[in-house]
Amino acid sequence: MNLLLLIATPLLTALAVLLCRNKEQVKWTSLAGAAAQLGISFALLFAFNSERSAGNTTQMLFEENYKLFSSPNINFHFGVDGISVVMILLTSFVLVAGVLVSWNIEKMTKEFYFLLILLALGAFGFFISLDLFILFFFLEISVIPKYLLIGIWGSGKKEYSANKLALMLMSGSALILVGILVLYFNAGNTFDITQLSRVNLGGHLQNIIFPLLFLGFGVFTALFPLHTWVPDGHSSAPTAGSMFLAGISMKLGGYGGLRVATYLLPEGAKEYANIIIVLSAIAILYGAFATMMQKDLKYINAYSSVSHVGFSLLGIGMLTQTAITGALMQMVSHGLMTALFFAVIGMIYDRTHTRQVSEMGGLMKTMPFIMTIFFIVGLCSLGLPGLSGFVAEMTVFMGSWENAGAFHRIATIAAAMSIVVTAVYILRATGRVAMGPPHPRPFSPGGKGSSSLTDAKWNERLAAILLTGGILAIGLAPGWLNDLLRPAAEIIMNRIGAK
Amino acid sequence: MNDFLTLMKSELAITFIIFLLLFIKIGKGMKNDSLLSIIQVLLLLNFIAGFFLNETGSLFGNMYYTNPLIAFQKNILNLGVYLISLLCADWLKKTHHMPEFFILMLSALLGMFLMISSGNLLIFYLSLELATIPVAAMANFDLEKKRSSEGAMKMILSSAFSSGILLFGISLMYGSTGTVSFGEITQHMDGSPLQILAFVFLFTGFAFKLSIVPFHLWTADVYEGSPVAATSFLSVISKGAVAFVFITALYKVFQPLQETWYLMLVVLAIITMLTGNLFALRQQNIKRFLAFSSIAQVGFILVGISSNNASGSSSVIYFVLIYVFSNLAAFGVVSVIAEQTGKENIDDYKGLYKTNPFLSWMMALALFSLAGIPPTAGFFGKLFLLTSGSTTGNYWFIIIAGLNMVISLYYYLRVVRAIFMDKNETPVEKINVSTSVKLGMTVCGAGIVLVGLLSWVYDYIQSLI
Repeated sequence: MNLLLLIATPLLTALAVLLCRNKEQVKWTSLAGAAAQLGISFALLFAFNSERSAGNTTQMLFEENYKLFSSPNINFHFGVDGISVVMILLTSFVLVAGVLVSWNIEKMTKEFYFLLILLALGAFGFFISLDLFILFFFLEISVIPKYLLIGIWGSGKKEYSANKLALMLMSGSALILVGILVLYFNAGNTFDITQLSRVNLGGHLQNIIFPLLFLGFGVFTALFPLHTWVPDGHSSAPTAGSMFLAGISMKLGGYGGLRVATYLLPEGAKEYANIIIVLSAIAILYGAFATMMQKDLKYINAYSSVSHVGFSLLGIGMLTQTAITGALMQMVSHGLMTALFFAVIGMIYDRTHTRQVSEMGGLMKTMPFIMTIFFIVGLCSLGLPGLSGFVAEMTVFMGSWENAGAFHRIATIAAAMSIVVTAVYILRATGRVAMGPPHPRPFSPGGKGSSSLTDAKWNERLAAILLTGGILAIGLAPGWLNDLLRPAAEIIMNRIGAK
Repeated sequence: MNDFLTLMKSELAITFIIFLLLFIKIGKGMKNDSLLSIIQVLLLLNFIAGFFLNETGSLFGNMYYTNPLIAFQKNILNLGVYLISLLCADWLKKTHHMPEFFILMLSALLGMFLMISSGNLLIFYLSLELATIPVAAMANFDLEKKRSSEGAMKMILSSAFSSGILLFGISLMYGSTGTVSFGEITQHMDGSPLQILAFVFLFTGFAFKLSIVPFHLWTADVYEGSPVAATSFLSVISKGAVAFVFITALYKVFQPLQETWYLMLVVLAIITMLTGNLFALRQQNIKRFLAFSSIAQVGFILVGISSNNASGSSSVIYFVLIYVFSNLAAFGVVSVIAEQTGKENIDDYKGLYKTNPFLSWMMALALFSLAGIPPTAGFFGKLFLLTSGSTTGNYWFIIIAGLNMVISLYYYLRVVRAIFMDKNETPVEKINVSTSVKLGMTVCGAGIVLVGLLSWVYDYIQSLI
């Protein structure tokens, strides 16, 4: 299986979109490209599993290596392990769903889909890169589409949010850049992750590079206190933009923090693990409490994202195999869940033209499908067994508990307490919106109140079913995900060494 | 004689075109339109010819030397001049003295060629003057505009001043080493205070031309007042040429003083980047904005130069090549809009995307490349500068440069935002872009997208060093 397909398909789709003549063509081309990408991702999953079951235990499979520059030594080096495969699947799911929910974009449709696919291209490239420079290249590619998506198609204080997001992410990138340059020059002039993973730098050097890289990736994944772009960015972005931001972009940071910072610099990771744990515990609790105070549905999901992503950072900070597996599961679970959440919020907003919880009520009667999905995703968010959130969070907690000692125990308990708070805000929001008497407010100019609202259309149903399917597949049968992630986490843990 | 013809072929070609234009001017009776097409073809041929017959050798007792690398540097400048003739076609067709404009521009280019090839302080000084004085006349070319004369006046005064300092430096250098030949100066360099003083004066001369802070004060006014063709020549070709010579001077001639100039470069690079960026934040006029952005870009070039090894020169040459494409594309858009509507403020660009999508995407691409955002070539250019800069192990310097990239992104995005997001009741009306401008912009756009990803360009530059 040639991994270049994963980059070529979005690239060709984006170019084809540019050549389209009308909106219908743009939409169908994008959908075809996204569906093809989903198909390729599944093919990759099966190919990967059959290689593994055939006994191929090489860390990275399907490696491709093309020389780009000879000095500095930069190669298009691609390869996947279980983590990458899972992340690619996640990205494809969100891409297809994002294309579907944006079906009714009227303003500059062609540009919108072009940027959306470009954004996905950056993520796909990022997840398969094994060369730090190329990884950084793909990470950076996704910044400008985000900026334009929020700034042009967004709502509210969109220019402010777009600027804030672009500048914060670029500052993070600047730190990452310096980190990888220091790594490059001190580890024998190579950007190659597989080669770097065999180099053991001195502890002092690792203690310098690790914070640069981890903070840099931390900006992307909303590490407290660098999370401030998240609420503004998510709430101003158009629906598909929010889905991508929360579902994929924040995962780029988590993946980078694990694959680049932690894996390549184990000594640095051990040195700073406690700080990561404290920061992520704060993020989990702070995010949960901040969500309780929000009245806007998008802000609710944005702040709860800070809280949920905190779990994956907590898992990384705990440095045990189970915790890291859990952290990765949480990334996937949160990616699917939050994308679905934003999609549902977008559907609600399209009909009611409001996102204020207090201005809605009794929507279950008029749009049962959307509200059912809304309940499912809410319950997933608060960690109901049978849905993906429970599996992931449980694994993180179990992994965290493997660490003896009061510090880790207290951090775990504190993080676990946030689930109670999550239940409060989720049940309050879903209850208000779906149940109770209908809100008397007319939802469209001259409309007749909530009785005039319609349920989901085919495209919205398809997107919701796709993402719900993902959530259920993880929640009901987490074994396949575990089998993919655990061996990869084991390799990372072997390098870090038993604690 | 044969040597003379092959080694000096770039200079001879330019001289030939200058004389041809002179005869055309005397003979008169040619319309601007057709004459411009002829000039464009000549410049294109000149650019293509620049790839062939590049040999190593020296002439006139080592006063002039050349090699394939120098020929490549000259050809980058050739390409830039050709692109200017395409992009500023609208303005050029309207001026009454088009042949003179090209005669001046090509004379300056000739000066730069000689400067890049000079092996002797005196030739260097002479060619630097040849490269400067015609540019001041070019800056004055909008005869009916007061700002244009003002800009030209500022430029000629500040260059005269910097030439004075440079000459003083040269005389001190001669006094302390007893020679003006580059090769011999290096051998006599012992780091005595007098030599360091002479070096500082010489450095100041360079700093004026490159508009390194604190010698940048002329830049914004001159850029704003001059016609766009002159501004783009000043900001791209002139800076590029001086940057090339600067590398040769520091890496070869003043290598013994490496510790001194490294510190100077670090300090100057940081304040140049910061000043350029901070002033660019508040500009309203797009030409002044690009002036300060180009000051900041020079700061990044200094980061690359500070590395003091082969990767330094290759990354700077690569960056200048990319800078030719990106900055000329930006100036091309500014030129078209200024020529057709007279609008030069960033606020006037609001809502441009509605009426002129092609120009808008071009501007966005150019600005992203200047900001160093992938997949544009500017990303690779900037990163290679930073990579070479970090070979010295001075990582704080690189962090500061990286953060400056973030500041610069803010103001580049300000223009992007005006074009794509801000609403405007009276946007720039639909502009008919002429074929030659379209061609120029397409070349620039292709350069911005491809030069980075086609890695053989960089490998080729490295193979020349």
